[in-house]
Amino acid sequence: MTGHKDGEAHLQVSRYSGSARINHWVVAISFVLLMISGLALFHPSLYWMTGLFGGGPTARWIHPWLGIVLLIGFLGLFVRFFVANLPERTDWVWLARLRHVLAGREEYLPEVGKYNAGQKFVFWAQAFLVLVMFVTGIGLWPAGLAYFEQLLGFKATIDQRRLAAVIHAGAAVLTIAIWIIHVYAAIWVRGTISAMTRGTVTGGWAWRHHRKWLRKEIGKEPGGPHPAE
Amino acid sequence: MSQLQPAFGLAKRSATTGFVPAAKAETPVAKMIDVSKCIGCKACQVACMEWNDLRQDIEENVGVYENPHDLTPNAWTLMRFSEWENPERGQLEWLIRKDGCMHCQDPGCLKACPAPGAIVQYTNGIVDFISANCIGCGYCVKGCPFNIPRISTADNKAYKCTLCSDRVAVGQGPACAKACPTKAITFGTKDDMKKLAAERVADLKDRGYSKAGLYDPPGVQGTHVMYVLHHLDKAPLYAGLPQNPRISPLVELWKGAGKYAGLALLGITAAFGVVHHLLAGANRVTEEDEENAEKLRGGGT
Ligand code: HEM
Ligand code: SF4
Ligand code: SF4
Repeated sequence: MTGHKDGEAHLQVSRYSGSARINHWVVAISFVLLMISGLALFHPSLYWMTGLFGGGPTARWIHPWLGIVLLIGFLGLFVRFFVANLPERTDWVWLARLRHVLAGREEYLPEVGKYNAGQKFVFWAQAFLVLVMFVTGIGLWPAGLAYFEQLLGFKATIDQRRLAAVIHAGAAVLTIAIWIIHVYAAIWVRGTISAMTRGTVTGGWAWRHHRKWLRKEIGKEPGGPHPAE
Repeated sequence: MSQLQPAFGLAKRSATTGFVPAAKAETPVAKMIDVSKCIGCKACQVACMEWNDLRQDIEENVGVYENPHDLTPNAWTLMRFSEWENPERGQLEWLIRKDGCMHCQDPGCLKACPAPGAIVQYTNGIVDFISANCIGCGYCVKGCPFNIPRISTADNKAYKCTLCSDRVAVGQGPACAKACPTKAITFGTKDDMKKLAAERVADLKDRGYSKAGLYDPPGVQGTHVMYVLHHLDKAPLYAGLPQNPRISPLVELWKGAGKYAGLALLGITAAFGVVHHLLAGANRVTEEDEENAEKLRGGGT
């Protein structure tokens, strides 16, 4: 949907529904809390961050439950967005011209649909890493592991639990690094954050960064003018 | 609850960067368990329950001698019974090992623990869990090469043998050593215990156990609980006692290089963002972009 609201100078294009935004913020908030409570145990110099949760035992206790919130929340995002994140041929062109992407020279890039190749990478990488962190997180969680062992009738060896710790910590580092890039990109590309706060972006933002998607959105309007291809 | 013994100085403290060990080191102590003398009476298990005020739930008899079935947060020591037919001597041997914390000189539990001061090692070598600082994460379980610590589901704290650090602090030996009717368990300075063990090993060799020896594994820089074994070359016979225990390479990776590589990667990523923004500046939508969008829509409204 596109149009002008009262008092807005620019064309506004709807990008995310209210439920998609709530879904995103559930994931974002649980992720940040997971990051803080996890990093607090990752290195002694960060242990003070457990104070934000009311102490070490509480931070330790809440972390895996937040993980379950994240898993369910991410599943929602996955179902909503995976079709729009399927790879296409122009993604490779976009990636090959990463130099221009970083320099902000959109005019050298192919027209992009709802997501560019970088956003698609973030989507698939985080989907994979959340799954890895869930499985290894259960392995790290004494009470959760006991529950699943009983439920599924197996007994994890100590070596498997050690491996779970190594993989969980490694995946956490990767997922946080990708999260930093994700947040940075949203800040660097001005006009992006309103997509997740108000659900809309300006027409100019869409023209500049996701032109193929803008054409499609405008084309969808009933009785509206049809864009020249 | 397991508490810090202020009578002893600290040699190591978990998750404490810049920790300075106590200047005055005490004489290392050790408990020596002579497996060849043990009759499996479990007096030590009872003494441990008594002194530490632990009550394990009563379990069902499943036809084995072990009782309870495993170490638990309320059973810090457990007699494990193994039967072995010795092919050389043509006899059935009943190998009874008192399982429990080995009080490693290089404790994997302490290395893995993320909570400052939840695990300490006193300068006399005793490794103690400090309940007040423990967060119940179970990392110590992954760190230990002997599968010793257990997390209580009642209070979410880790428990294991304290080597009766509270008794040692007032000049007493551990409760188990005091209760043992055959003196299979003795306690003293590590040097004295090694001497005593050497006598026992010589005696066993005399009696034909040519591979008898003292289990004081160098992979963990020795332990402050040592076993005299009739078959030192076959440690796993004794209910899976590891032949060459050491802190797992996975734990070393997790707690060593992994930390630095991880923090470095996060730092580099964040620095990339800052530097990129300084160099490239914000990526702004232009007025022309807005006009193009309006045009695309059909001249705007
Ligand atoms: C998806 C479900 C997840 C589950 C079930 C889970 C579970 C766990 C558990 C049980 C621990 C051990 C300490 C504790 O209990 O707090 C842990 C540690 C940790 N978690 Fe998670 N977690 C999950 C997701 C995440 C995510 C998304 C992140 C990063 C943003 C993360 C980062 C960490 C870190 C850094 C540690 C410390 C690792 C170390 O000590 O080396 N976890 N996790
Ligand atoms: S459970 Fe073990 S590793 Fe975790 S804080 Fe307690 S003593 Fe340390
Ligand atoms: S035996 Fe296990 S619990 Fe005991 S000191 Fe060694 S590593 Fe720690």
